[in-house]
Amino acid sequence: MKHIKTVNKANLKETAAKGGCGKCQTSCQSACKTSCTVANQTCEANK
Amino acid sequence: METRIHKYKQGDKYIVLDVNSGGVHLADEMIFNMLDHIRPEPNADNLGITAEELAEKLPRYDKEEIAECLAELEQLYKDKCLFSEDEYRQFADKTLNAPIKAMCLHVSHDCNLRCEYCFAETGDFGTGRKLMPAEVGKKAIDFLIEKSFGRENLEVDFFGGEPLMAWDTVTATVDYARSIEKQHGKNFRFTITTNGMLLDDEKIEYINREMSNCVLSLDGRKEVNDRIRFTPNHKGSYDLIVPKFKKLVEGRTKEGRTDYYIRGTFTKYNLDFANDILHFADLGFRELSVEPVVTDENFPYALTEEDLPAIYKEYDRLYEIMEKNPGKFNFFHFKIDLNQGPCAIKRLRGCGCGNEYVAVTPDGDIFPCHQFVGMEQWKMGNIFDGNVDKSIKDYFAKTHIYSKKGCSDCWARFYCSGGCNANSFRYEGDVQIPNKLACKLQQKRIECGIALGCGQ
Repeated sequence: MKHIKTVNKANLKETAAKGGCGKCQTSCQSACKTSCTVANQTCEANK
Repeated sequence: METRIHKYKQGDKYIVLDVNSGGVHLADEMIFNMLDHIRPEPNADNLGITAEELAEKLPRYDKEEIAECLAELEQLYKDKCLFSEDEYRQFADKTLNAPIKAMCLHVSHDCNLRCEYCFAETGDFGTGRKLMPAEVGKKAIDFLIEKSFGRENLEVDFFGGEPLMAWDTVTATVDYARSIEKQHGKNFRFTITTNGMLLDDEKIEYINREMSNCVLSLDGRKEVNDRIRFTPNHKGSYDLIVPKFKKLVEGRTKEGRTDYYIRGTFTKYNLDFANDILHFADLGFRELSVEPVVTDENFPYALTEEDLPAIYKEYDRLYEIMEKNPGKFNFFHFKIDLNQGPCAIKRLRGCGCGNEYVAVTPDGDIFPCHQFVGMEQWKMGNIFDGNVDKSIKDYFAKTHIYSKKGCSDCWARFYCSGGCNANSFRYEGDVQIPNKLACKLQQKRIECGIALGCGQ
């Protein structure tokens, strides 16, 4: 496309179908402890 | 109607986020402005506006180019990565009856610093100074194994107060868990959050061997750190701590590891906090997390709405620095993997506090998370009787972006997942009402993080 470019897979809906396995880290255990930051966690099922 | 796209400019980038698919698009200025006039009805076949109608609204643009742009947008819409629908509500209660898989172990309700902003009330959470006996730590491991059916990876963070003050309990708990994890089919991941005061070579070696992550508390430049992080006799902590943190981090990085964070807090006293992040980088640290103080707005160091313009400006400055110096350091709150992030189910409720994640005090009392400790109305039980208050656990399992006020209308809902439940309760009086200041700061950080992700 000329005027707009998609930079990622836009696959959040696909992850809902097979997600929720619970293998991933609990977000507050990483480095925040006072704020909830979830999107920087990685999916461990895909590792 | 819920928010389906979020468009913003970061630096010279025109960014369009499709909230529900997670699609991120880089647009040119014309398409960016056209989107102000496009709002398709839910589940419509097309965007609901013609090129002619758009040309009337935007006479400064060439009609043929408008038609070309609209065709591109229609294609994205058909591909379900623009104005896509929120279809996740059906999964909202999926973690009811979820196992507990993570624990914040308060091995010390005491501290050897007296940081002015401490949410733990200088370490004891208002419940009296005490250290956790080793038998409580071991019992907590048994409890977690019992309650984590179906989960292999179990996380335990040694927290306080200052956990190194209870070092014997830390090592006894880790050694005990290691001795039984295989027979139970579990994999313990230990982490520690420390102010570093009591670090020595022996502890550094043990931490680097056993801890899968460590969070090292330091606020930045010496004058910034020492103004607010000081000893009981009011001496600054910077000179005592920095050499120890350097040694610990060198021990990890020489093996190629990046699993640590230098974690600072910024307050009204250092709204130029990007300088503190740069200071960390100058010290040789690469994995950095500096986040806003969470406290009552009446304290002089508290952040308030009036500080927002300065904080936004500083986040923008940090973004520009990182954009121009990729790989120089990582900033936890700008770190967003646009392709391999957590699944949509995880994003509905974030930290899992009170449901998949609990905190345990030196006496073995169970609370939804470390920030609820000391609030008796949220006590969920004690590890020695083995029961967990199901009504509280279910309450948190049903707390998600669709239960919280305002979240389902917010574009950032799949990045913050509704924010911190404890902050909501403490500062809004209700777990279901996100703290407004925290929301605004989080939205800004997410914008910067997505923009950085576009450049990778």
